[in-house]
Amino acid sequence: MSLLEITGLTVHHGQLAAVVDLDLAVDDGETLAVIGANGAGKSTLLRTIAGVNRPSAGTIALGGVDITGWPAHRRVAEGVVLVPEGRRLFSSLTVEENLLTGAYRGRPGPWSVPRVMGLFGWMTERRRQRSTQLSGGEQQAVALGRALVANPRLLLLDEVSLGLAPVVVRKLYEVLPEIIAEGTTVLLVEQDVTQAMRVADRVQCLLEGRGVLAGRPADLAPEQVERAYFGLREPADGESVDGESVDGESVASEVRGSER
Amino acid sequence: MNWVNAVLQGALLGGLYALFACGLSLMFGVMRIVNLAHGDFAVLAAFMAYSVITLTPLGPLGATAVVIPLFALIGYLTQRGLIQHALKVGPLSTLLVTFGLSIIIQNLLLEGYSADTRSLPAGSLVSASLQLTDDIAISYLALITFVLAIVVLAGLQQFLSRTALGRMLRATSDDREAASMVGGDPRHIYAVATAIAFSIVALAGLLFAMRSSFDPSIGPTRLLFAFEAVVIGGLGSLWGTLAGGLVLGLAQTLGAQVDPAFTLLAGHLIFLGVLAFRPQGLIAGREL
Repeated sequence: MSLLEITGLTVHHGQLAAVVDLDLAVDDGETLAVIGANGAGKSTLLRTIAGVNRPSAGTIALGGVDITGWPAHRRVAEGVVLVPEGRRLFSSLTVEENLLTGAYRGRPGPWSVPRVMGLFGWMTERRRQRSTQLSGGEQQAVALGRALVANPRLLLLDEVSLGLAPVVVRKLYEVLPEIIAEGTTVLLVEQDVTQAMRVADRVQCLLEGRGVLAGRPADLAPEQVERAYFGLREPADGESVDGESVDGESVASEVRGSER
Repeated sequence: MNWVNAVLQGALLGGLYALFACGLSLMFGVMRIVNLAHGDFAVLAAFMAYSVITLTPLGPLGATAVVIPLFALIGYLTQRGLIQHALKVGPLSTLLVTFGLSIIIQNLLLEGYSADTRSLPAGSLVSASLQLTDDIAISYLALITFVLAIVVLAGLQQFLSRTALGRMLRATSDDREAASMVGGDPRHIYAVATAIAFSIVALAGLLFAMRSSFDPSIGPTRLLFAFEAVVIGGLGSLWGTLAGGLVLGLAQTLGAQVDPAFTLLAGHLIFLGVLAFRPQGLIAGREL
């Protein structure tokens, strides 16, 4: 059964439609990667699932319950937890306090502050430091830990690799199997397609807010993914993506993507 | 010896200013709301206590026990029912709403209690004093006020740093949206902050009223002291607020020592000096 079921989801940023009539289902225990270029609507999709953005149409159901109208904080208590783009740690709180905020309305479960600290060796020693004193990779680890402490059923990871060195990104992704092994369903958004294809059970490609390609990483040819990613026209007549869309509208959404 | 006495009295008065100002500091620190009705709520608490003491067999302590929880409730409801809606519109509208509240409270008090000046019948506590030397005596009320100020500020500090709710208050102050992503309902958390601020302002209002007389229109004058203490000490810092209260209290009593007409002027001059030369306040570290 699907843990998360999204039907006909449309989300607007002002006049711009960031996500358009999207259907998406994530099975219990599955890891789904949403890939797509800058401004494809990936972050907006995750923020809408987390309840931070409001959809203009469509429904979001968690375990068969319609949660479309629920505020973000109520979704956390039901196990939908977002690791937001840009980390968003609390700057006046220490590392340990940041992790503890995850337990505020989190569910009981296998994850606790000590276990998260065990997952990242350096954390115990530096738990009294302000989060602003950490490097980008360390901050991302704390943001991930903060979400884990809430014991999510559905973990939403938004651009974990953003602005980090490849070696740091690899280290962060090394902990993912342990998270998945606890039965956590993961929905992650990545610009790094290779990374996404490596960890995901299934991949969904977004182009200007629309789902253009979905499948298991093994079943997708690299050229196929590339075409869907950049919105290039099929060489022959196939599942065509409209070539026009690489012009004005796309530039507009590009600009919007970098603003956020 | 008079100067030693002035310093002592000034410091004790500063404790009251700090207690009175910390509600303002808390609301600004957590929500970026400047509560212009802060002084009027303190006066409202004094009138409520006055009614409780005169109409029921409860004494000053009983009145305190009634008024403070009541103010926590009023604070929670005011935030959820009124200020929260204004916050959505923008920071300026919270100023307008609290300014409106200030006018409404003043006029309701005028309507209900008339313009007469009153004082809170607090019994022997007000007049009794501790004789330190032949020249210096400090009133028990001033001493109790000072100790209460320290206890409340320290307690608030502990609450903010040690409890889950206090942590969420600081987290919400840092990043409201991220706080909702970890499960904090910003409206509830804001309302809790306001409830705490209101119960402290009620306590300060009662102590003010035991110390000196009050009337329905004195709120804005009192608010000015709270503003000065907060700005002198540094916005958003609780210990800064204590320091600001002490500096203001000392400035006023030392000014009065030179010439009684300088009492308020000395405080205002220190305030202007801080604004001009150290606008971040004496203690700049932000805790909220």
